[in-house]
Amino acid sequence: MTSSPPDSPRPLILEAGRADLQYWRDLWRYRELFLILAWRDVAVRYKQTVIGIAWAFVRPFMTMVVFTVVFGKIAKLPSDGAAPYAVMVFAGLLPWTLFASILSDASTSIVGNANLISKVYFPRLIVPLSTVLVALIDFLVSLVILAGLMIWYGVVPGWQILLLPIFVMLAVLCSIGPAMWAAAVLVKYRDFRFIVPFVTQIGLYISPVGFSGKIVPEQWSMLYSLNPMVGIIDGFRWCILGGNSPLDGQGFAVSIGMIALLLWWGARSFRRSERAFADVI
Amino acid sequence: MSDVVIRANKIGKKFRIGHNMADHGTFREAMLRGPRNLLRGVADIFSGRAVVSGDSIEEFWALRDVDFEIKRGEAVGIIGRNGAGKTTLLKILSRIVEPTEGRLEITGRVASLLEVGTGFHPELSGRENVFLNGAILGMSRAEVRRRFDEIVDFSGVEKFIDTPVKRYSVGMYARLAFAVAAHLEAEILVIDEVLAVGDSDFQARCLDRMSRVAKDGRTVLFVSHNLAAVSALTQHALVFGGGRLTFDGPIAGAISHYSASLGKASSSGNWGRARNATLISATVLDAEDRPTDRYKPGTPLRLRVVFDTDGMPGMSLEMVLRDELNLPLAFYSSDIFSQKSLPSDAGRYECTVSLQPYYLAAGEYCFDLRTTYTQIGDDHRVENAARFVVDVCSPDGIPYNLAQRAGLGIMAMRLEAPLQFTALPTPGPG
Repeated sequence: MTSSPPDSPRPLILEAGRADLQYWRDLWRYRELFLILAWRDVAVRYKQTVIGIAWAFVRPFMTMVVFTVVFGKIAKLPSDGAAPYAVMVFAGLLPWTLFASILSDASTSIVGNANLISKVYFPRLIVPLSTVLVALIDFLVSLVILAGLMIWYGVVPGWQILLLPIFVMLAVLCSIGPAMWAAAVLVKYRDFRFIVPFVTQIGLYISPVGFSGKIVPEQWSMLYSLNPMVGIIDGFRWCILGGNSPLDGQGFAVSIGMIALLLWWGARSFRRSERAFADVI
Repeated sequence: MSDVVIRANKIGKKFRIGHNMADHGTFREAMLRGPRNLLRGVADIFSGRAVVSGDSIEEFWALRDVDFEIKRGEAVGIIGRNGAGKTTLLKILSRIVEPTEGRLEITGRVASLLEVGTGFHPELSGRENVFLNGAILGMSRAEVRRRFDEIVDFSGVEKFIDTPVKRYSVGMYARLAFAVAAHLEAEILVIDEVLAVGDSDFQARCLDRMSRVAKDGRTVLFVSHNLAAVSALTQHALVFGGGRLTFDGPIAGAISHYSASLGKASSSGNWGRARNATLISATVLDAEDRPTDRYKPGTPLRLRVVFDTDGMPGMSLEMVLRDELNLPLAFYSSDIFSQKSLPSDAGRYECTVSLQPYYLAAGEYCFDLRTTYTQIGDDHRVENAARFVVDVCSPDGIPYNLAQRAGLGIMAMRLEAPLQFTALPTPGPG
């Protein structure tokens, strides 16, 4: 499994620049390692903390309360249609938290697993990718809170809720691109780890998390959609609030384009610096 | 010939090192290092090229023009001094680093053990770590499950298998880690110094396991400084020096080639930098404080050591004396034996370790030096830091020269009181 399947008589050839050929095949072959690394992160996380799962409930819930009070009650921003402000905020908070936790966990993952990188071969991409599963578990916990909120406010989702998995996937894809890039840069510049939380902090306010994306003036909405999270958050609200929050097709298309671009760029820079990880780390 | 499982053709590995470089650059430093470097750094960041910081970049070849073939079922030793390129070769073979030039063909699954217990997590139990470590080494979950009992049995920690490994003793930890590695099902095993763990009983079991692996028709590549272990395990060896393959042949020839090359090499040089306390040089001194490479048995054995320290408290200077086979003979630790830590003011220091007289057998010896966080771990470790030769070992001018090669030991025993034969009454019959 380390290099070629047991019965394969075909020799593995290692040459400069040749690694690309086997890379994507290896990624698939190492899927068990991917799962076990994710499992390790989850196991360790819940072994080390007392509040454990409770933390996954408390954090998004408190953020939702604060945003609802500040933006909804004090600043009196309008909600989407007739939807309760709290539900609208939470529907935006879900994808944002998913994005932010993947970005911050994945970006430090290569450095955090330096001992593995310098001692064993496997496609390095597995390390940042495995953090996605951990973030998805937190996401599922938040989904339970959302269900509770919807029951509390009596919000009945439409058929659009069935499309939610697609937007979850888009949120994951959207975070992986920048995360791969940040993980690779962090190997060399360790203080880059201070920049990532800063970006997620700023991003929380420039993305339509605490307010509705609809309050952005029409002429700016295309530009605003260059932030790929705009399309994803809009999509989430559309799935959860249905007709109260119609999806802006054009803006969404721009966001999809940005996601694809980020993904390509992240994968490319990760792959290019990856072969030097073991030399530098 | 189809029996060749590893074929290396002119492989080389080049590293780029930047001068003027701290251990890990920081973004702030990069900013301050002038606009040219910044531009280069930023371009590197965005395009995802490997970034090397420093005002000037130097390239050096850790390995160059290496050709060899290894056949199925062979046990091959890899020997060489520090920095000779052994580890780089292992890392290329195990695909951790990519060769810069040349071509390597490998037939079969490679399992590399550059360290035991890679990826062990202290919070997880022994059982969980077996699965984690197995997956990291390339075993499938089904494979680990199938061999789980065997692994636990081999390690001898079954009672604690559900205890977090942070509560294990060092020995238990190492045994469990080695047990996982020993049960890898790979056609080619690449092993680096993993035998340096555990007690001697466990080491013997490891050696036994290794030789069984080799007899099973699997290929074993074995790197070690322990020449006795290498010669016990392998029939064939590659000797490296300065990044090049200098010898490829039977193990006996390899060991004598290696020993000869050690004698020629100078004992000083650049040993790199450590985190807190860096060894700079080590010199054997004669009675008049002059550097020498000869030692006269029965006189004080004196070694002058120069080191830098950043003032980290509780550091110790340690040394191990080794013989021609690189077996450890004697040990000294400044902190443990003399309650003396390295100075707590930063700076460069010199000290002379003056050891009591020994009657060492004729032959070659070397000192390994290291600075350590006392009883925790090594900071700077320099093997073969200083070498010396004993020409003649004839205590009190006896007409006999005890030599290491005689295989009688490495020291002439000296009497504390005169030897006397006292007649005893002859035992009666029955």
